[in-house]
Amino acid sequence: MTAMLEKLSLYLDYPFVRYALIAGVLIALCSSLLGVTLVLKRFSLIGDGLSHVAFGAMAIAAILNLTHDMPLILIITMVCAVLILRNGQNAKINGDAAVAMLSVGSLAIGYLLFNRFSQASNVAADVCSTLFGSTSILTLQKPEVILCVVLSVVVTAAFLLFYNKLFSVTFDESFAQATGIHTKAYNLILAIIIAVIIVLAMNLVGSLLISALVIFPALSAMRVFKSFRSVTICSAVVSVLCALAGILIAVLAGTPVGSTIVAVDMVVFLLFYIVGTLTGGVRV
Amino acid sequence: MSVKRGKKAIGRMALITCENLSLGYEGREILSGLHFSVNAGDYLCIVGENGSGKSTLMRTILGLQPPLRGDVNIGDGLRSTEIGYLPQQTVVQKDFPASVWEIVLSGCQGKCGARPFYRREEKELAQRMLHRLGLSDQKRRCYRELSGGQQQRVLLARALCATGKVILMDEPVSGLDPMVSAELYQRIRGLNQKDGVTVIMISHDIAAAVKDASHILHIGSPVFFGTKEDYLASPLGQNYISEGGVRP
Repeated sequence: MTAMLEKLSLYLDYPFVRYALIAGVLIALCSSLLGVTLVLKRFSLIGDGLSHVAFGAMAIAAILNLTHDMPLILIITMVCAVLILRNGQNAKINGDAAVAMLSVGSLAIGYLLFNRFSQASNVAADVCSTLFGSTSILTLQKPEVILCVVLSVVVTAAFLLFYNKLFSVTFDESFAQATGIHTKAYNLILAIIIAVIIVLAMNLVGSLLISALVIFPALSAMRVFKSFRSVTICSAVVSVLCALAGILIAVLAGTPVGSTIVAVDMVVFLLFYIVGTLTGGVRV
Repeated sequence: MSVKRGKKAIGRMALITCENLSLGYEGREILSGLHFSVNAGDYLCIVGENGSGKSTLMRTILGLQPPLRGDVNIGDGLRSTEIGYLPQQTVVQKDFPASVWEIVLSGCQGKCGARPFYRREEKELAQRMLHRLGLSDQKRRCYRELSGGQQQRVLLARALCATGKVILMDEPVSGLDPMVSAELYQRIRGLNQKDGVTVIMISHDIAAAVKDASHILHIGSPVFFGTKEDYLASPLGQNYISEGGVRP
């Protein structure tokens, strides 16, 4: 145990470990805040879909030899998020079908482009690290961490500011619209925030595992808590703690960061599931 | 082709006037040439076969979808956002983690505009509506754990937070047992008679409709609109009632 702590304090002296912790915790916080809304709106897989879109965008950026691929990826992902969420609950193509179409479509196109046009020598490794996040969170530089902090603050502030509106729109879109809430505008804001989070989170867990970050904390919280506010708070706390634990374990044990965080999230979900079943839920 | 909002109706002062209204989805007409008006204090029941366009009419009045032709005029000082709505439950709501308080308070959201948080008056209003519908004890409970009748009362309280003027209800008693239905009807009657809330209700339950309503709109062919007394005297009304209405 002491050996582990010593090893930990040694690692914490390295800036890259501290950067990883800061970025990881912030991304986990942001994704869990919106996770509750997304799960309840039946858009659990939007993270998956959009991250595949981001993967496709990354492939395009790679082919164009862009050094700063972030703006392009962000814009393409935002456009797709808006297309999926714009229609809300009254879409012609159901939400899940639209997500599935975009998801597999852009994954296929992305890989096709990578494979056909990439100048890198090791295409398979590139693709693999984009999909699973590999260890790229441990290679973050200071500017990237600052960007991450700024975006997280913006996302969290937007969430707090629109909390009541998001609740109304999520619970009953028709009622909200009938009583004069601009549901389209809030769906748009939601879409943009999600796109930002997805692009941020790709660094952390890679595009295949982002959904886990979005849905697990929300699902865990919903097992035990029974009001929207307590579910949201619990999900944020769970997500942050899991990310923290996941990154530390990954650093100590040398496991891949993304999948370790998701594994911790799964264990916590199991615990909450058991607690929820035993107690029948807590009334808060 | 437009929904005129905030303008006064031509002729007498009605809250809601529909003129030569045609309804449908994507150009496919399901109902045409609809004329009717609702005055303050009315209790209008909308009856008709399944698929005749009752819910579409309600969505059009609420401004959730545009009419194919004709106008919905909202008048007499009523704003389009002052129409409360008691929708049919959606799948999303079945396992939604929200307390009764959060849901009722969300009825005030329309009053907030761009303001992010609720004012004290709005919280007090929500508290009064909880009390009025006998939900004060359930305030902290989870919506999904309530009985069907309690859930409807929560949604009714929410609608009353949005407005005390007009409430549109889409089959409020569907899925409720007879005792609970009777209790809910009684509350709605109380709102209409004591508090002067104008009620527009879609109903499959023709017996209850003719008991409480002041006006009936029968959608189908032919369309009937008039007072309950006229409806009961008409061949259409007699025929429909003898069949016992349409069971959902």
